[in-house]
Amino acid sequence: MADEEEETLSEKQKIEIAKWFLLNSPPGEIQFVAKDVKSILNDDDVYNEAVAEAFPLYNKTYMIFLEMPFRAGDVLVTSFGELDENSYLDPRTAQVAIVDHVKQVCTRVRPAEDEELPSPYVEEFRFALDAEVLKYVSEAYPKGVCSVYCRNGKDVEGPGSDFELVVVISAARHSPQNFCNGSWRSVWNIEFKDDQQTVEVTGEMQVGAHYFEEGNVQLDAKHECKDSTFFQSPEDSGISVSSIIRHHETEYLASLQASYSNLPDTTFKDLRRKLPVTRTLFPWHNTLQFSLTKDISKELGIEK
Amino acid sequence: MEAALGLMRRMPPKHTETALSALLSLLPHHSSDLLSQVDQPLQVIYDMDCGKEFILCEYNRDADSYRSPWSNKYHPPLEDGSLPSLELRKLEIEANDVFAVYRDQYYEGGISSVYMWEDDNEGFVTCFLIKKDGSKTGQGRRGYLEEGAWDAIHVIEVGPEEEGTANYRLTSTVMLSLTTHNESSGTFSLSGSIRRQMSMNLSVADGHLCNMGRMIEEMEGKLRNSLDQVYFGKTKEMVCTLRPPSEVVQMRLPDN
Repeated sequence: MADEEEETLSEKQKIEIAKWFLLNSPPGEIQFVAKDVKSILNDDDVYNEAVAEAFPLYNKTYMIFLEMPFRAGDVLVTSFGELDENSYLDPRTAQVAIVDHVKQVCTRVRPAEDEELPSPYVEEFRFALDAEVLKYVSEAYPKGVCSVYCRNGKDVEGPGSDFELVVVISAARHSPQNFCNGSWRSVWNIEFKDDQQTVEVTGEMQVGAHYFEEGNVQLDAKHECKDSTFFQSPEDSGISVSSIIRHHETEYLASLQASYSNLPDTTFKDLRRKLPVTRTLFPWHNTLQFSLTKDISKELGIEK
Repeated sequence: MEAALGLMRRMPPKHTETALSALLSLLPHHSSDLLSQVDQPLQVIYDMDCGKEFILCEYNRDADSYRSPWSNKYHPPLEDGSLPSLELRKLEIEANDVFAVYRDQYYEGGISSVYMWEDDNEGFVTCFLIKKDGSKTGQGRRGYLEEGAWDAIHVIEVGPEEEGTANYRLTSTVMLSLTTHNESSGTFSLSGSIRRQMSMNLSVADGHLCNMGRMIEEMEGKLRNSLDQVYFGKTKEMVCTLRPPSEVVQMRLPDN
């Protein structure tokens, strides 16, 4: 029966299975997973097809950052900056990074074309917000990278039309020698609404962590929130939007810590108590009588 | 095989079943190795004769049927399915009764099953299983968990009795997942699995059940504690490394 299954597994199915493993890699571990997948598949064509499809998706999902040549800083691999599958805009330096998804490196950069960049009007808002967010991220994240993209209305030339920016913050820590990896990603959508003179902010924060020394434990946490402020000058908008982001992210971190501190005495207790309901260790030495009389629950006072 | 086990250490524990079936389809020749080395979430079926649920595992399986610890019958019925000796079955019945009380005291609900069988070297093997659904729609008394599962597998190899003592070799696995969800903090989900071993030489004067029970109680306490303190603690540490709490940032700022 086993042989039959093997024969019926088409190349396409194998690719799908390989992709499933690759896409479920914890943060920072896709290269390790790829190595194992390769040796299990034992078929280079299938493997190459699977990695070619899975890596770009994984890199964009985890919004990995890659170092650009000539110390130009890090470029974020995100769907917001994606010009084609291997080219990602870095709005801060107005460069386009050409990346190798499978090797997870930036191979070269080229200057961005004018039509790849927002209008001077929108750029003023983007630039001011980027400066404020950069300040915040360098204070709050020991190893964080951020970028502000124009998502909609990049050709808006002046007041009278709406446009949309998006702030991406990505922080990662990989320490396989300590059996621990993690990533923090937040995406903040900023809608500048000209007619209402408001700025709508919606955010999504996602945190993942994996600890695997003699075990496998993973955290997966996600939160969404909303806020708004007034439409002001580029500088003032930048300051108020970045302080909204700072506020919500700080609150979210506090709520994560609260979730952790609730574990031992509340949440975890619904799975298994630390001590029995009797608050003493189980009386194993007395069990003979218990099971003979079959009256055990009565005796312990836990009859239902 | 090594690569397969490597993958199992990295895949999200809540997807263990999917990961295992994917590996089985890629590596059909290793299916028995995979099934014996990768623990998967426990399944439960209903024993119609006794009106009670019991847990399925490799240790009560014969062909495609599973033996109920309550009625000692195979489900679906199986002619000449293997059964423990009468003497061992007596101990198995007692163990199931006692372990159900132990389970109720620690888990406030859940399902347990104990299986015993003779092994080749004059001793026997016992498998203690516990499954608990701690979600608020399940048996979570406090109602904090959107989703919450705890599966424990304890296998004890009991060696032959020599001069009044026997060797007990315990291998325990705990698999758990818990998810909380609310407006202010979103979805918070932890899942994991760990496996540990413990070996002891104990006097049989207190009886096998007493010895095995104490070992399991100690081991479960240790596993629960290390999941709570060490494993969850490490993921919390990671979160705080990624984005340190603001007090820490403020404290550090003057130095920069």
